Amino acid sequence: MTTVSTGTTSRATPPGPATIEPVRLPPSAFFVDAVVIAKRNLIRIARTPQLLVFATIQPIMFVLLFRYVFGGAIHVPGMTYVDYLIPGIIVQTVVFGATSTAVGLSQDMTNGIVDRFRSLPMSRSAVLAGRTIADLLRNVFVVLLMIVVGTGVGFRFHNGFGPAVAAVFIALLLGYSLSWVFALIGLSVADPESAQLAGFLPIFPLVFASSVFTSIQTMPGWLQAFAKVQPITRAANTVRALTEGGPVATNLAWTIVWSVAILAVFGPLAVRRYRRG
Amino acid sequence: MDMTPTTTPSGRGSMIEVGGVSKSFGATRALVGVDMSVPAGTVQGLLGPNGAGKTTLVRILATLLAPDSGRARISGVDVQDDPNTVRSLIGLAGQYAAVDEALTGRENLVMVGQLYRLGTKLAKSRADESLERLGLVEAADRPVKTYSGGMRRRLDLGASLVGRPRVLILDEPTTGLDPRTRLDMWAFIRDLVEEGTTVLLTTQYLEEADQLADHIVVIDRGKVIASGTSGELKSRLGSDLIEVEVGAADLERTTAALSDVGCGKPTVDADRSRITIPVCEPVPDLMAALRTLDKAGITPSDLGLRRPSLDDVFLALTGRATGEDVPATPRRTPQTAGSPS
Repeated sequence: MTTVSTGTTSRATPPGPATIEPVRLPPSAFFVDAVVIAKRNLIRIARTPQLLVFATIQPIMFVLLFRYVFGGAIHVPGMTYVDYLIPGIIVQTVVFGATSTAVGLSQDMTNGIVDRFRSLPMSRSAVLAGRTIADLLRNVFVVLLMIVVGTGVGFRFHNGFGPAVAAVFIALLLGYSLSWVFALIGLSVADPESAQLAGFLPIFPLVFASSVFTSIQTMPGWLQAFAKVQPITRAANTVRALTEGGPVATNLAWTIVWSVAILAVFGPLAVRRYRRG
Repeated sequence: MDMTPTTTPSGRGSMIEVGGVSKSFGATRALVGVDMSVPAGTVQGLLGPNGAGKTTLVRILATLLAPDSGRARISGVDVQDDPNTVRSLIGLAGQYAAVDEALTGRENLVMVGQLYRLGTKLAKSRADESLERLGLVEAADRPVKTYSGGMRRRLDLGASLVGRPRVLILDEPTTGLDPRTRLDMWAFIRDLVEEGTTVLLTTQYLEEADQLADHIVVIDRGKVIASGTSGELKSRLGSDLIEVEVGAADLERTTAALSDVGCGKPTVDADRSRITIPVCEPVPDLMAALRTLDKAGITPSDLGLRRPSLDDVFLALTGRATGEDVPATPRRTPQTAGSPS
């Protein structure tokens, strides 16, 4: 083995190693860094409008498709189809929106900026927190837009302002917790294209085998059993009950349990994956 | 063979210390027992072909990757025991500019400053300083996606300077840059060293190591195969070289004819049909070569005497030219590439 070293040079007084103070991240580091990263991601979102357009056109297409093409053939008990549909669309929108966490993180990994972040004395988990917070804020925008579009095609809140706000909040909570699943996916795949695919594959059956577009009563028994308990049905039912009225407690409780459980499992997994590099 | 180590008392004064570092990826051994010590305020060149292990070593020193075994310290701080202190001491700039395309140059630098938790005000003034220094003031408020390759690389270097690093780790900082921009980068790096920054520079360009590095470590297939100053490395090939270029048909005949000339084994580059002979007494040896060629009736297309380049050193050490990638099957280690003491 070779030990190499060079002689002294003429350059004057380089700082020697004797004076190193250990650097400890202050407790505030996580929050400060998460805000900086979130801001950076929001600037990115604002400057790449084509991404936002794509993220909004797709749910608008779904609204038009189900409102005017399939809607006439779908009968749901107790309300008009448009009042049934839009709460479902709100949940679908936040779930699809959460997949952008996978794509964005994967892009950051591919183009090297994650290496920059990892080489800085900053909070590790702040990179993921900043990303998911920015994606959450984007989801807020898209959900509000969907309410506007929904209102345009005949949707109305029938249960008052407070529950309507709660409905938006609960949808965003599920979307935020799913962002951490997609963070893990984004950190685990090789490139953004794979992240896109790996994000959508699990989401499709979850969104369609749910009460997002139609009542699960007409599904075969085995599918009903799955559709009934999964988080997207729970969230759609909650949002629907909050906007249109009806019993809410069970579905609300399950949506919160699902969201907290997903966050508790996938948050640490994603952070661990990020640390490992 | 080892270059005589000019004394640096181990530890003290040494800003980068690497001891017995190994790293494998599956069956690929990226680094095998690498040792290195870089005194404060100097430039260490880390020279090797693609796939030699340069980037792996850089990633270990930058706390991006943990070694399988061995120790690495920056300014006496172990990269695994205390990564955050190491991160506060280093600046990393790479081959792939790690900047955000959607942000402006200034926004990128301010963001990095904020992530060092300098506070917004200081982060802004450091960003201005870096932009000024790297000649990016005019482009500062344009999104990086409008920047040229050279500008991105400069911004990336600027980002690594925001934290005022004592140790700058540059992973192939000029790969893919045009000659003009490369010269600018060299000037920046020299300035930083003047100010006392210690630099580890990986490169595939021998000229770059020759120009910038006080000391050079040559690595190949994860192992240190030589080290020394550029002068020391060159002197291993004899003082000068005779270079003869002939028609491809004459190559073998010429090699045979010149076998007694000079004071070392000729190197034959068949692709360029060129023969290189180390010489000890340049002028008499050159004259002898001329007489020999004349007698054999060979008229070379080019003939000259030149100082050896690091390319020659590399070729002699590895049996490959610098441009060639590492072959899949391991080759015999050439005699000159002694695994020393």
